[in-house]
Amino acid sequence: MDGTSALDDTWTVAGRTFHSRLIVGTGKYKDYALNAAAAEAAGAEIVTVALRRVNLSDPSQPMLVDHVRPDRFTYLPNTAGCFTGEDAVRTLRLAREAGGWDLVKLEVLSDTKTLYPDMEETLRALKLLVAEDFKVMVYCSDDPVYARKLEDAGAVAIMPLGALIGSGLGIQNRLNIHLIVEQAKVPVLVDAGVGTASDATVAMELGCDGVLMNTAIAEARDPIRMARAMKHAVIAGREAFLAGRMPRRMYADASSPLSGLI
Amino acid sequence: MRLTVNGEEHDVDGVVDVAGLVAALGLDARKVAVELNLAIVPRSTYASTRLAEGDRLEVVHFIGGG
Repeated sequence: MDGTSALDDTWTVAGRTFHSRLIVGTGKYKDYALNAAAAEAAGAEIVTVALRRVNLSDPSQPMLVDHVRPDRFTYLPNTAGCFTGEDAVRTLRLAREAGGWDLVKLEVLSDTKTLYPDMEETLRALKLLVAEDFKVMVYCSDDPVYARKLEDAGAVAIMPLGALIGSGLGIQNRLNIHLIVEQAKVPVLVDAGVGTASDATVAMELGCDGVLMNTAIAEARDPIRMARAMKHAVIAGREAFLAGRMPRRMYADASSPLSGLI
Repeated sequence: MRLTVNGEEHDVDGVVDVAGLVAALGLDARKVAVELNLAIVPRSTYASTRLAEGDRLEVVHFIGGG
């Protein structure tokens, strides 16, 4: 690998190849127009979306598909708000019919305070979805053992949390993320916990294939600028990972020659 | 005909199938998905899926999410 090949650096999930390693959420924005502009500024090719009841009392309200267009972005429907495997399967069956594709994000949560993934239920839901031919990217804890179980059960991507959803605390356990990356044969993306650009860079430096974030961009004072920052941060981290960092040393190692001093 | 749509009771007149209901609700069929009594209704079958008294439907669409 040499420095000229950055443009050819792609990643593939469930047979689909992407250039951008930054997946962005579409929640929490002031409006869908800002949302679409932020996704563009992030250079994202995939956006996560949620599925909810249509507001029947006002069918004329703005619709996501009219702003964040499905012909421009690959929609990744999620199961946010689902607490059981059955809820998740029901939601994604509807999402598959609404969108016409089978690439989905599974998240089965344990409680509303932490939104921490319920891994036992997540694994059970994954098996139900795989049996129905869904291609499932799985939001999960940063437990390497469960990550392996998910992969064995047919997950097309492993997406461990860096920190709790919406917390912005950055990657809390770099070792676990690294262990998961090292063992995985499917893409690994840090999903949740990114607060600022350096957090995304750390994820990529650890060897992740990508990063998924929502709140870090949506709740920035200037979401468009933060989206741009995240784009660069992900590229920087990826490039640093590919470049191979220098070894860490306990003591100094002079950059200027010590010979020939006057 | 009395239907439960998105958890609320609706009294609809002149609606016989899913396509008719979606139109009566003022929705674009290309932008929603429909579940009838817990089973997915494929979009291609909206016009041929008849509705009956007491049916329970969910009409959903994509919104922003993380």
